[in-house]
Amino acid sequence: MNNLIKGEKHDWEMVIGLEVHAQVKSNSKLFSSSSTKFGSSPNSQVSLVDAAMPGMLPVINKYCVEQAVKSGVGLNAKINNYSVFDRKNYFYADLPQGYQISQYKYPIVGEGKVTIDFKDGTSKDIRIVRLHLEQDAGKSLHDQNPSKTYVDLNRSGVALMEIVSEPDIRTPDEAGLYISKIRSILMYLDTCDGNMQEGSLRADVNISVRKPGDEYGTRCEIKNLNSIKFIKQAINYEAKRQIEILESGGSIEQNTMLFNTSTGKTRPMRNKEEAHDYRYFPDPDLLPLEITEEEIENLKSSIPELPDELKNKFIETYKLSNYDASVLTAEKQTSDYFIESISSDPELKNHAKMVVNWITSELFSLLNKNNFELSNSPVSSKNLGELVKLISSNEISGKIAKDVLEDMFATGKTAREIVDEKGLKQVTDQGEIEKIINEVIEDNPKMVDQYLAGKDKLLGFFVGQAMKKTKGKANPKILNDILKQKLNKEN
Amino acid sequence: MKIDKNTINKIARLSRIKLDDKESEDYIKDLNHILDWVEQLNEVDTEKVEPLSNISSSILPKREDISNDANSSDEILKNAPDKLEGFFAVPKVVE
Repeated sequence: MNNLIKGEKHDWEMVIGLEVHAQVKSNSKLFSSSSTKFGSSPNSQVSLVDAAMPGMLPVINKYCVEQAVKSGVGLNAKINNYSVFDRKNYFYADLPQGYQISQYKYPIVGEGKVTIDFKDGTSKDIRIVRLHLEQDAGKSLHDQNPSKTYVDLNRSGVALMEIVSEPDIRTPDEAGLYISKIRSILMYLDTCDGNMQEGSLRADVNISVRKPGDEYGTRCEIKNLNSIKFIKQAINYEAKRQIEILESGGSIEQNTMLFNTSTGKTRPMRNKEEAHDYRYFPDPDLLPLEITEEEIENLKSSIPELPDELKNKFIETYKLSNYDASVLTAEKQTSDYFIESISSDPELKNHAKMVVNWITSELFSLLNKNNFELSNSPVSSKNLGELVKLISSNEISGKIAKDVLEDMFATGKTAREIVDEKGLKQVTDQGEIEKIINEVIEDNPKMVDQYLAGKDKLLGFFVGQAMKKTKGKANPKILNDILKQKLNKEN
Repeated sequence: MKIDKNTINKIARLSRIKLDDKESEDYIKDLNHILDWVEQLNEVDTEKVEPLSNISSSILPKREDISNDANSSDEILKNAPDKLEGFFAVPKVVE
């Protein structure tokens, strides 16, 4: 695969690392009992701890710790028995404490890795440096009033997992696949709801460019991207910007950048000289966090089948390709739907590829077109299984099945009901098909002559005419066979 | 370690405190006194001693994940010098 970008003078390679911020799925915040519910009225879920009233002390949420450990296991990472909460100090209006409680030197989870799968069937490992627990900040609204900023502290203190990758990513696509994979793993584990629109999953992107084989170049960090599309756009723009500077003889300043989602451009937010001095130190309000091997083992045993395990199982059991299996396992609801569909009839496991196609291309495009999610699909997994069964047993043709699926989608009826009601059952009776072909041949003597004179392409014309007469219901294979036989006999 | 003019300016900026020249001079003197006094500890050999971050020997207390659904907005905004429709209103901050 060629990952290089063509420059004016030579090729360039991108070097990308991601910091993913994933909101922990929990009822209450990391150090207080306030609710984490999204979309409530401003400042309605703020305890005295979250507002940093004097004398308030943080008490850690046991469940959030367990969620972080489970996530670590899902990222094939080392769980640290001993970790420490530190204060990261900075001033901002939506940070009442004046510091964020985070983990610096001793994170709860150490080195791990995730595997990303490409369309061509190949895979690549992206190494994880660490995962640590930290508090989210509040939300600031800057654009409501020319001289004021409005602050909502509902998000202040909600638990985040920051997942840091090694700079192993080389293309915008890999970055997209990586964050999709992280999202998928966390959603299978139920440790993060994965909702990027609501900001439950967002990423900072570190990017530099270099001549292939050279040392890493100076990097810039693009802050707070909340969709895969924006991540790819921002990387493309920033890489191009850096290459242009380098090729015209300049050098890259280590900057923190903001991405403007409407212009698609990055702009510097602060440079290295203005970079924050966070003055990390262990939070005196919190003792070190200790987790025993026994607790880790207990959590491990509560972990469900993860996408990679499920993917390998699908490849083995159903002989699916690596890519098909990875598409099916990207989201838990998709793999659940597939398992339910294919289990609805014992015959279907011999037609797994067909089941996959009907889910991931036909059904998905209908869902997309009508703005539905798989979770509220009008076509149930069992009904889709039945449809595929009708195709695989030659009761209906694939072409008619597409119409049937649209009907199922619109009416909620089963495939069998629609096929029976509309009389769509495929004509497989040799005699009946033969009769129709005879008619077609008699009706078109000129065409027959031309065909016999060597115009082979006309076969399609006869097939079309015969199909028209049967309203598309003739079994195409039988039709073709008889037609060829008949026409050659004319010779 | 010695505190000089640059260091004191940096600390003041990080703390969002404005110091005039006289105050800077005084703080340089005071902070250097404090550091000199603390530096006596350097006489002790701590080569093989792990840094102590907490003198308590108890373990970190944890709570269950139960949320209280009380609406906090009135109480939390009670001290706010300026507010609007449930939001804190602060002087504009844009980076």
